[in-house]
Order: sequence, then structure tokens, then C-alpha cells
Amino acid sequence: MFPVAIKENIYWVGAIDWNIRDFHGYSTYKGTTYNAYLILDEKITLVDTVKYPFRGELLNNIRQLIDPAKIDYLIVNHVEMDHAGSIQEVVNLVKPEKIFCSAMGHKTMLAYNFPADYPYEVVKTGQTISLGKKTVQFIETRMLHWPDSMFSYLPQDKLLISSDAFGEHWATNERFDDQVDMAELMAHAAKYYANILLLYSPLVQKLLADVQQMGLDIDMIAPDHGLIWRSNPQAIIQAYDRWSRQETAQKAVVIYDTMWHSTEKMAHAIVEGLTRENISTRLMSLKANHRSEIMTEVLDAKAIICGSSTLNNNMLPTMADILTYMKGLKPVDRIAAAFGSYGWSGEAVGQINQYLEEMKFTLASPGIKVLYGPSAADLQQCLELGRQIGRQIKEQ
Amino acid sequence: MKKYVCSVCGFVYDPAKGDPENNIPPGTPFENLPDTWVCPVCGASKDQFEAE
Repeated sequence: MFPVAIKENIYWVGAIDWNIRDFHGYSTYKGTTYNAYLILDEKITLVDTVKYPFRGELLNNIRQLIDPAKIDYLIVNHVEMDHAGSIQEVVNLVKPEKIFCSAMGHKTMLAYNFPADYPYEVVKTGQTISLGKKTVQFIETRMLHWPDSMFSYLPQDKLLISSDAFGEHWATNERFDDQVDMAELMAHAAKYYANILLLYSPLVQKLLADVQQMGLDIDMIAPDHGLIWRSNPQAIIQAYDRWSRQETAQKAVVIYDTMWHSTEKMAHAIVEGLTRENISTRLMSLKANHRSEIMTEVLDAKAIICGSSTLNNNMLPTMADILTYMKGLKPVDRIAAAFGSYGWSGEAVGQINQYLEEMKFTLASPGIKVLYGPSAADLQQCLELGRQIGRQIKEQ
Repeated sequence: MKKYVCSVCGFVYDPAKGDPENNIPPGTPFENLPDTWVCPVCGASKDQFEAE
């Protein structure tokens, strides 16, 4: 690639990872980008780096603008290795005068075994540095999504460099929101929120309020992954407001795994019940869908219905996987139910219920257990459960 | 009663408010929180808190 001007004297100098398909357990079926930004001013400043294998692309982009040795400052908004992985290479080459990071960023870099004698300069929320004509204001965003995370805001350019917030995993050679399909862009952003940020929704609400109170004038949001919000920054801010309030639609997700199709037949009957109540429903087999795809559908679903057969006195491992993952991401205020077939002991439904209760979901039913294969009456009961949940969704 | 700050994420435990979501009633001093209590924001353990 080549550097892309995003504002006067500010360039995207990151890298595109077209081939990554598993991002620490998040399915990135269309790859991602690692965005880094170079600010040309009296103090030349690099904001974040890229994942280690892409350091050549980063440096090549910088070289097309300036000799990297001329970089004065490095700003580290986030220490996760997809952004900080090339810092040591960059520092060796650039020998920056200062490395700006949050207090937690400093701690995290040391814990990642970065040299202690780097010229770290710890900054706090509201603190401003001058680069010459431009200034940078820092906003700590602890736990969005690591303790070290922070934003860098450039008031003269009305530019918010937002680290991992407002980003999405999508490899494109377009750099701006208005160059791609908006619906697809929002779908990738929703997936990112559901799988990375959902559990910190109360903090997102607080951050949005704080940003409003600080009166930041923002006309561009440049995240560390995916597209830069040039034409529609308000669209992603409004979406984050909606998602962090955990607003749901009249929608259900039926998640299941099955051994000999008995639990699957039950799942289909539940979906039929929901469909008869005109509830938008997604049937998601754990064999066909990655956990991060399921979580994306959970983001705006009011009802979450989980089915598993019993194997060796336990729920199926795939169901334990999605429930562990979902519980960590903390969806709240959902209607839920469990179902499943069994041969002799039938523990799965009770185990699923335990997870659903731990997540403080409202159980619509004690669960439906079916011995070996569902009879016509069993399937009717499943259909009725679907209808009942459908009515409960509509009442809310 | 003293407030305590999570050294990981900055969450402030205010004894006056307690942590009702996790069954800690208002008025519970930090010292009386069970050892199994964790930061409601980031999950850090009690020993990672410092007096404000």
C-alpha cells in the first residue's frame, strides 16, 4: 500500500491483513487492517504501530513520506500486540524523543517486557501536548477494551483517533466509510462490538456522556481497525449508544447442537412457533456457525434459546463453548429457555439453565427434555414454547 | 468509610453504594467484602484495590 492522507498533514500508514481468519478466537472471514497514523508537524508523531509481521508495510508507508528516523514522538493508544507489536522495531530505528502512553499503558508495556529505559511519558485524561501547529489531547478509556486503552484527539483537525473503539475487522483497500457499502460496514462494526466491547457497555455509556460533556468537536473518527468514519461519524456513535444500552429488537436466536437430529427437530419446532408469532428468528447450529457469528446475532436479540443433547452426562462441548463465551460478554435483560434430547440421564437442560440463570436471563420455561426422539406431542410442546416466547417478546 | 480504587481499571468501590448487582448491600465497608468479591468492571481480585 501507500500512505493515505486523511487530513492535512495526517496520513494513514497502517497495513492490510487480507488473510487472517481467526483473530484470537473471533472469526475474521474478511480479514482486518491494523491502522497507524503519521502526523507531520514540527514534532513528527506516529500514533500506534501494527502487528509484528506487518512492520515492513508500516515502515514502507512512512518512508514514502519521510525518513522514519525523523519521527520525534510515538503515541501508544493501546498495548495489545496487533498495535504495539512493532514498537520495539520502530523505536530501534526511530529513537523517539518521547513515547506517550497512559499510566496503565506504561505498566502493560513493562509487563510485556519492553525496555524500562524507553523515554516513556505518562499522560492523563485532558492532558494536551503541542506538536507545533497541531495539538493532541489524550482521553483515557480504561477497559475499552484494556486497562491501557486511550484516545488521541486533535482539536484543530476535529479528528478522534479512537484506538480499538468504533473499529471493525474488514480488510479493504478503501480507507473511508463513504467508499464502501454502509450496511456491510455497520454489520462488521456490530460484530466487533458484540465480540469485543459488549461486556463494557456501562463504560461505553459513560464515555459517550463524558465525550459530550467535554464538548469535543468531532468530524472524523479514525479507529485502529477497518474504515475511517469520514462522512458518517455520527452513525457509529449512535450505534454505540444503542448497542451499549443493549437495545434489542423483536428477535430470537435459537442456538443448538445435536447428535442424532432429535434436538435439531425440537429446534425447528421452536423456530416454527416463533415464526408464527412473526418474530425475526435465526436458527444457528453450533456445527455450522462460529461463536463470534452467534454472538453478533445475540447483540440485538431479545430471546436466546439454547438446545443440546446430553453426552456423557454433560451438555455438548460446543454448547459449553458458546455459553462460556456469551456469559463473559455479558448480554443483559434477555428472555431465555433450554431444550434437548437425552437417552438416560439428561443433564444438559439443567446445565444450560444454570448458565442462563447466572446471566440473570428471564427463563420462559423450566426447559423441555425429550427421551431419545421427540414425539408429535413433544414437537407441539416445542412449537408452543416458541409461540409463548414470541408473545413474551412482543409484550416487552 | 473509605473508598477503594481498582488498580487495574479505575473502578471506585464506594461503601455507601455497595455493589447491589453482586449482592453487596449499601453500607458494606471494603474490609467486609468477601474474598471472593471481584471488581464488577474488570474482574480484578480484591487485593488489587488500593485506598483512595
